Amino acid sequence: MAMTKDISCHQAVALVSDYLEGALSWRDRRRLEHHLEGCDACSAYLDQMREIILLCGVVTPDDLSAQAVARLVDVFEKYQRDAST
Amino acid sequence: MEDQVLIKRILEGDRDAFADLVQRYNAGLTRLVRYYVKTDATAQDVVQDTWIAVLRGLSKFEGRSSFKTWLFRIGANLARKTGTRERRIIPIDPIDPVSSARFNEGGMWSDPPAPFTEILEDRLANAKALEACRRALADLPLAQQTVVTLRDVEGLSTKEVSQLLELTDANTRVLLHRGRAKIREIVEDELKGGYPWQ
Repeated sequence: MAMTKDISCHQAVALVSDYLEGALSWRDRRRLEHHLEGCDACSAYLDQMREIILLCGVVTPDDLSAQAVARLVDVFEKYQRDAST
Repeated sequence: MEDQVLIKRILEGDRDAFADLVQRYNAGLTRLVRYYVKTDATAQDVVQDTWIAVLRGLSKFEGRSSFKTWLFRIGANLARKTGTRERRIIPIDPIDPVSSARFNEGGMWSDPPAPFTEILEDRLANAKALEACRRALADLPLAQQTVVTLRDVEGLSTKEVSQLLELTDANTRVLLHRGRAKIREIVEDELKGGYPWQ
């Protein structure tokens, strides 16, 4: 039976994003998980990537000025008027 | 409030419901449209046309997909028609998500990452990390920024992102990986600076 080929930390971090996407081949996933079991630093890296994804999920769009919303609401009102005539 | 509720109110002519829906999705929509067109001004026009198209079609929207997916598809279609950007060539050279300088010759960490889970439990540090994340996202190259925004900020699936941006899934994942890695690096740097009270 073929043994899981060991990968380095440098190779492991390159697999992390695809791992979180569930997009790794079975073989690569096993290699990475095998590596993570014995490597605290890469496990910390994986956790950091998870945190980043969580952080991105709570980034609220701040480039939406009140002015931009008001302009689109104007468009809405004009549309309503046109539709009712 | 659920999108469906807002939609019902909009159909009854409720402007506040429309403002809420705009507030919820306009930033993501703008980011997506901007991917295809050359200037912010053009993007604003396309975004406006998208909302008009949405209002026209809203009574026929059956909710088979989510409203967000439907909105983004309309936006992407209009942006494509308007966009003059040449078809993107996405570089697919090997990714190096962490600077090689942080590994030794055997590929093991010489400068390992410090876990920031504990730090993130702290509210102040969390706000700092969030601000760094927001800044990092804003500074990413356009394609990475668009992919990370649609996938991680807006929560679309990789497949949906690929379809909206006309990328292969593999290319989407490369861009996602690069973008996330860059954001991680910047947040790590920010948190390394220590606590503001130290």
